[in-house]
Amino acid sequence: MLRTIGIGSIEELYQHIPETLRNRAKIELPGGLTELAVRRRLAALASNNATATDWSFFLGGGIYHHFIPSAVDTVISRSEFATSYTPYQPEVSQGTLQALFEYQTLICQLTGMEISNAGVYDGASAAAEAVLMSRRIQPMSRRRVLMSRALHPHYRAVITTYLRNLDDMQLDEIPFDASGATDVTELTRKLDHQSMCVIVGYPNFFGIIENLAPIQTACAGKGAQLVIVTPEPLALGLLKPPGAWGADIAVGEGQSLGVPMTLGGPGFGFFASQKKFVRSLPGRLVGETVDTEGRRGFVLTLATREQHIRREKATSNICTSQTLCTLASTVFMSLLGKSGIRRLAEVNVSRAHDARDRLVSRPQLEACFSGAFFNEFVLRARNLESLLQRCAAARIVPGVPLGQWYPELDDCLLICVTEMNEREEIERLVGVIGDQTSV
Amino acid sequence: MRERRSNVLSESSAIKPQSEASAPRLLFESGSPGRSGFYWPAEREKGQTTIPGEFLREDIPGFPELGELEVLRHFTRLSHRNFAIESQFYPLGSCTMKYNPKVNEVVARLPGFAQIHPLAPIEILQGAMELLYDLERILIEISGMDCISLQPSAGAQGELTGLMLIRACLTEKGNPRKKIIVPDTAHGTNPASSTLCGYDVVQISSTARGVIDTATVAKVMAEDVAAIMITNPNTLGLFERDIEAIAAVVHQKGGLVYLDGANLNALMGVAKPGHMGVDVLHMNLHKTFSTPHGGGGPGAGPVAVKEGLSEYLPVPRIVKQNDKFELLENYPKSIGRVRSFFGNFGILVRAYTYIISLGREGLEESSRMALLNANYIRKKLEKGYQIAYGEPCMHECIFTDRLQHKYGVNTLDIAKRLLDYGFHPPTIYFPLVVSGALMIEPTETETPEMLDAFVEAMLAIAQEAKENPDVVKNAPHSTPVKRLDEARAARKPILRWDPGQGGAE
Repeated sequence: MLRTIGIGSIEELYQHIPETLRNRAKIELPGGLTELAVRRRLAALASNNATATDWSFFLGGGIYHHFIPSAVDTVISRSEFATSYTPYQPEVSQGTLQALFEYQTLICQLTGMEISNAGVYDGASAAAEAVLMSRRIQPMSRRRVLMSRALHPHYRAVITTYLRNLDDMQLDEIPFDASGATDVTELTRKLDHQSMCVIVGYPNFFGIIENLAPIQTACAGKGAQLVIVTPEPLALGLLKPPGAWGADIAVGEGQSLGVPMTLGGPGFGFFASQKKFVRSLPGRLVGETVDTEGRRGFVLTLATREQHIRREKATSNICTSQTLCTLASTVFMSLLGKSGIRRLAEVNVSRAHDARDRLVSRPQLEACFSGAFFNEFVLRARNLESLLQRCAAARIVPGVPLGQWYPELDDCLLICVTEMNEREEIERLVGVIGDQTSV
Repeated sequence: MRERRSNVLSESSAIKPQSEASAPRLLFESGSPGRSGFYWPAEREKGQTTIPGEFLREDIPGFPELGELEVLRHFTRLSHRNFAIESQFYPLGSCTMKYNPKVNEVVARLPGFAQIHPLAPIEILQGAMELLYDLERILIEISGMDCISLQPSAGAQGELTGLMLIRACLTEKGNPRKKIIVPDTAHGTNPASSTLCGYDVVQISSTARGVIDTATVAKVMAEDVAAIMITNPNTLGLFERDIEAIAAVVHQKGGLVYLDGANLNALMGVAKPGHMGVDVLHMNLHKTFSTPHGGGGPGAGPVAVKEGLSEYLPVPRIVKQNDKFELLENYPKSIGRVRSFFGNFGILVRAYTYIISLGREGLEESSRMALLNANYIRKKLEKGYQIAYGEPCMHECIFTDRLQHKYGVNTLDIAKRLLDYGFHPPTIYFPLVVSGALMIEPTETETPEMLDAFVEAMLAIAQEAKENPDVVKNAPHSTPVKRLDEARAARKPILRWDPGQGGAE
């Protein structure tokens, strides 16, 4: 090969790089390892984490432990899906393209929206992109964003980060009320003709199912767009979908639909809207067309919104769609289907409501909010610190302490119960919480 | 050949079988009411609280009703309609389509990584924190930078994060400034990220040699310029050899230097960005560090900075105290979060696995071999194609369709014809500064035999262009579908299956 190129050594290929750079380029790292040694090293690291099988987790807060049928990993492990690139050459990417078209359809059906893109990074950046999309749609006189304080704290943080550098934007938070839902009175008071969009969680961070009817009415009255954010989309197997509430943009985190928790990533953000806004949409879109012989086929389309064509005028800089994760969710939703997704959602409701009823019957705990909920709820504990310690000793993580984001809720716990939490586990949790002698 | 046979089949067959050759139906066009690939009995407790009816929906109209085997067959058949690294040579320039080792997949699926929750107490996530902490140190060493955040989900989000750091730093100094300098060879994400970060873009031209020169930068560098974004090696596969002088010019006027690390696969053991005057860079772990591209994600785009920018990095940050790993949020100057939780942890596990597998020599050897392979192709293809820039290239080389113009054959035709030969085409029509660009990045994981086979196919196509241009212009002939009508897709977008609108015909 060297002879073909006409050089004596590979180093000659580097001669044009300044010597001062080359001389200091050595990488100070250990030498390579055998595959066996690598697997042992990684297994050792993995064993130093508590998993949802070794421990009882009652953890949600944006990442959910759900059952994943074996067929999901079988499909996404296929190298034809895992080791292909973004489908720029459609003739040899029909597998990925058709799967993405099906994914877009499933998200439309689940959310009750008209169009969906092929996916974005995660729920939080999807929420930020939704606000930026509203900014492209709304006139310049509307630059005020009203964000529910009951929206996931990470999502609020990412929206804040994304908007900070845009000088025209103004961001206001709307408090929550005693039911745990966005305070509609306060929202209505703050809405005006400068308001660009209202952004609320559904279910919100406290697991509360927001009543979106008055919120939608208030938005419509002032010409603001309604952005609905769903971190737990399994809920939409049972709940009235964002489209039916009149959402302009519906986004969320897709992890709960067939992607392992994996410390919170990768999952994917789903992103849906109304047809009339299609040219303002960020991200990849797959469309149906025909080939030169009239056969159905799929292509990436409306790319004139995107960075590789429009550069600084693009709707977003995003050029991934977390495709392997959206594929996992496509397989997951296909397997569950119409009856399965509803059943799984019902089982979550049933177990979570049962658990809450049992827990609030304990004198140490009381319900924090009165609103209807899906599979998460907030309880106030008499002595949270000691409760957490008793649980840890029993290898239980009973929930997420809320004080880190909400100082007024520093004695409160966000508890999630899914189909993965067996009855005995719930019994054990109730028992440990009730047992104050073991401290 | 295969295509012709399939046509005969579908034309002569009245029943249109769901064979390999015919297009699979959509999920929504098969199945039967009540069917499901999931079994779970109903559960209901007596007297339990429940959700008011006003919040509930009916069944989801149109949702699939399929059995498990039907679902598996559907996706297996779809998979047969994809090219992928494990079946085809995939020399997409700037994408670094190297082999994705299987061990990465095995370890990423260990329950100790896949079944862990990000909001669990940090005391029971020490293994994950150690991995992240180690990976941070390793990437700092490879890049020659000082501090890093693993949070960004992808290269483009890394860019945006990096620009936010620059903006935060300049704002702190009194003025965020207004513009970002971007060369004409840059990836489209560079200008797009600049806009998202509230900056205007000043595009500069590269020289006839395909690089940017100091004088051009000096001419546009002013007090209102926040930063320059440089890709090195650039998208022409050329090393920006004046980068240190350019950085000096930018620094002198109070600006900062951003390096797009998309092409880091050329640099390991060769040169470190941290020594080039770079203040901020992102790395694409799905390129240099072998994590699978997945048909378009997930990837990971960590951002590394020099010390002066570290206090602006996203939170939380992992610190090691008394042999325990902790998360710190209290960095008042931080730009905040760019995504939820810890970034794409599953991808970070794979990249870490790759790096410790290869070790120092393996990483350095990767870059050397990537250069060797690219230059080998560059030299061999000169026989049939016009090279864009004559000098030795780094990890990728660029050709054009100029010699084929007189036969009416263009880059798109060449790319489509390559599909018939069983190769994924190079990146085409990018970078924009080269008319009809064919951008070839073989990577280090291909054998000389594979490179020869690719070259042979390319030269055969050059010959066909001369002797039988129609066979090239009408390509591909052997793929599951022929050229697709992209104009029609954009003019009347059908973006979902919808029985009511004829989208399912």
